[in-house]
Amino acid sequence: MRIPWRTSHRELHRDVALVCLADGIVGVSFGATAVAGGLPWWVPVIMSLLVFAGGAQFAAVGVVLAGGSPVAAVAAGALLNTRLLPYGLAVADVTGPAEVSGAARPAGPGRRWLTRLLGAHLTTDESVAFALRHTDPAPRRTAFWTCGVALFTVWNVAVLLGVLAGSVVRNTAGFGLDATFPAVLLALALPTLADRRTCAAAGTGAAAAVALTPVLPAGLPVLAALGGLACLWRRR
Amino acid sequence: MPLLAVVALAAATFTFRIAGPLFRDRITVAPAAQRLLASAAAVLLVALAATSALTQDGGFAGWARPAGVLVAGILAARRVPFPVVVLAAAIVTALLRLAGVH
Repeated sequence: MRIPWRTSHRELHRDVALVCLADGIVGVSFGATAVAGGLPWWVPVIMSLLVFAGGAQFAAVGVVLAGGSPVAAVAAGALLNTRLLPYGLAVADVTGPAEVSGAARPAGPGRRWLTRLLGAHLTTDESVAFALRHTDPAPRRTAFWTCGVALFTVWNVAVLLGVLAGSVVRNTAGFGLDATFPAVLLALALPTLADRRTCAAAGTGAAAAVALTPVLPAGLPVLAALGGLACLWRRR
Repeated sequence: MPLLAVVALAAATFTFRIAGPLFRDRITVAPAAQRLLASAAAVLLVALAATSALTQDGGFAGWARPAGVLVAGILAARRVPFPVVVLAAAIVTALLRLAGVH
């Protein structure tokens, strides 16, 4: 279906605003959970600026707050972010500098590199999803960068607000804040549980992780859940 | 959590992000490998959700938290908007605790 570019522009802003609102709430919950759990304020703040990937940030902080080692935390976060590699391949045409023919003032090599690095950093589930809604280069690029820049701003401001809230509010359990963390993870995971074999793998892995929690050092049960992937090969 | 761990996670993340645009002519991720990575991410997320909903310091976390997460999961499966899902988890858990269920 062809959508007139002008009307789809307004649609883009509305949809990006909705996504920013949702991620803003997650960001507040992340910042608050991290400091309420006893981490210094700068950990969620620096992490949000440098890592900028909600799921991995939650995973890493979750492992640490459960008493796991930093190595297990980094492993869990990094594994979740491997999906960014195929994402980067899918939207490589828009994350770098625009290939403009006959531009009045072509960007210098320094600026081209800066654009490329920045574009890579803004690659998230959301910005890629927005880019993939279009096939033409111009709207694809606009969608990616609009979502990426807006989300980066909102995410970091939200995490900062969460850090402030988490350090002021002493009784975070009374507000049910500890339930938002697993809820976010579950909501992130549900759309990816498309087929029955992935569901079986996730169910088996989760059951194993919960069963192993009292016996294994913190952080390891979640990684042990990857053994559930064996379900993918059974009963083919 | 030491700064080094944060930087290591950031470096790993950025490597995955920049590899696609830099080497797009040279890398092809086999569809099977891509599906395996997607499944691994799903398994990890669900396991983390389950352990953080049910356990606390190696023991049972109480009923209020998993109940809130369960309600959130049902809402998410029904495609209720994300902010509502997250708020529902907090509200259900907070109300249960207010009612004396821990």
